[in-house]
Amino acid sequence: MELSELQHRLIKRLRDGLPIGKRPYANIANDLGTTEETVIETLEQLIAHKVINRFGMIIRHRALGYQANAMCVFDIGDDAASDIGKAMATLPYVTLCYRRERVAGVWPYNLYCMIHGRDRLTVRAQIRHLIARLELHDAPHKVLFSKQCFTQRAGKYGAPAISASLSASGPASTQTIPFPIKSGKYHEQA
Amino acid sequence: MNKLERDLINNLQGGFPICAHPFQVLAERLGYDEQTVIDGVKRLIADGYVSRFGPLYNTERLGGAVTLAAIAVPPDRFDEVAEQVNAFDEVAHNYAREDALNMWFVILAEDEKKLQHVITRIENATGLRVLSFPKEREYFLELHLEVPDQ
Repeated sequence: MELSELQHRLIKRLRDGLPIGKRPYANIANDLGTTEETVIETLEQLIAHKVINRFGMIIRHRALGYQANAMCVFDIGDDAASDIGKAMATLPYVTLCYRRERVAGVWPYNLYCMIHGRDRLTVRAQIRHLIARLELHDAPHKVLFSKQCFTQRAGKYGAPAISASLSASGPASTQTIPFPIKSGKYHEQA
Repeated sequence: MNKLERDLINNLQGGFPICAHPFQVLAERLGYDEQTVIDGVKRLIADGYVSRFGPLYNTERLGGAVTLAAIAVPPDRFDEVAEQVNAFDEVAHNYAREDALNMWFVILAEDEKKLQHVITRIENATGLRVLSFPKEREYFLELHLEVPDQ
């Protein structure tokens, strides 16, 4: 999708976030020298074209008590990786799942998933469950817990919250269960 | 964290209304009045629970390039290298992880060529090899953390 000049300006204006007040879109329209309706229409276009994946609060998971953050990496045969990735993504405690390129001779792992939890004990139990459930006992894998987060800011050219390129979602769910849950559409993208 | 704050966090990680009075719509949905919701969101931002309120962009759709990168940093140089890496505007989400590859971060750039250039500049600045693991496929996307009532 070729972005219009107005779309570009709106994207740029919203990088710092929406003004929090009764008429946020009117406020932005005022800054951009256009109308509230135009801002609303333009945002709807950006969402429809998936330039905007999600619109809402970008939360700091550590501040919410999600201290344990494990990146689990697996070396899965290329033929099986897609099916296993899809199955992994449906597990309730898996928050992100990607297939990535390997680096020959250095890093054989190609399937990545993130588990965010309140403590390591819980996260370790979830990893054991994942391995048992998907029968990955024989797959080489590693668990990399994070120790420290230096920056959880949006990059200059995108604004991912927790990992790059989160994608489309519906309205948030209202379930309450004691681990991170996912909501919205199941989705796979290249 | 009070009930209002939990309700906001549990319901506002996506799907913010795009209409003239979005906070009014949200307030009705959650059973509060508009000003209460506005003040609640402002407080969550002020208290540091929310880093930003607005759109999450899809970098690739914006024509940008993105990768997950890692460096094996000698432990005694870790803080120094972290500073060098974080000095790049293109770097986001830098985490220390427990592995020989102990520094993991996302690089976002305008296009593939600029992304490669940033990698080279980080290697030159740190004297360390940057491994790049571009995404081939994404199997899930929404990160939604729930705050239980307790």
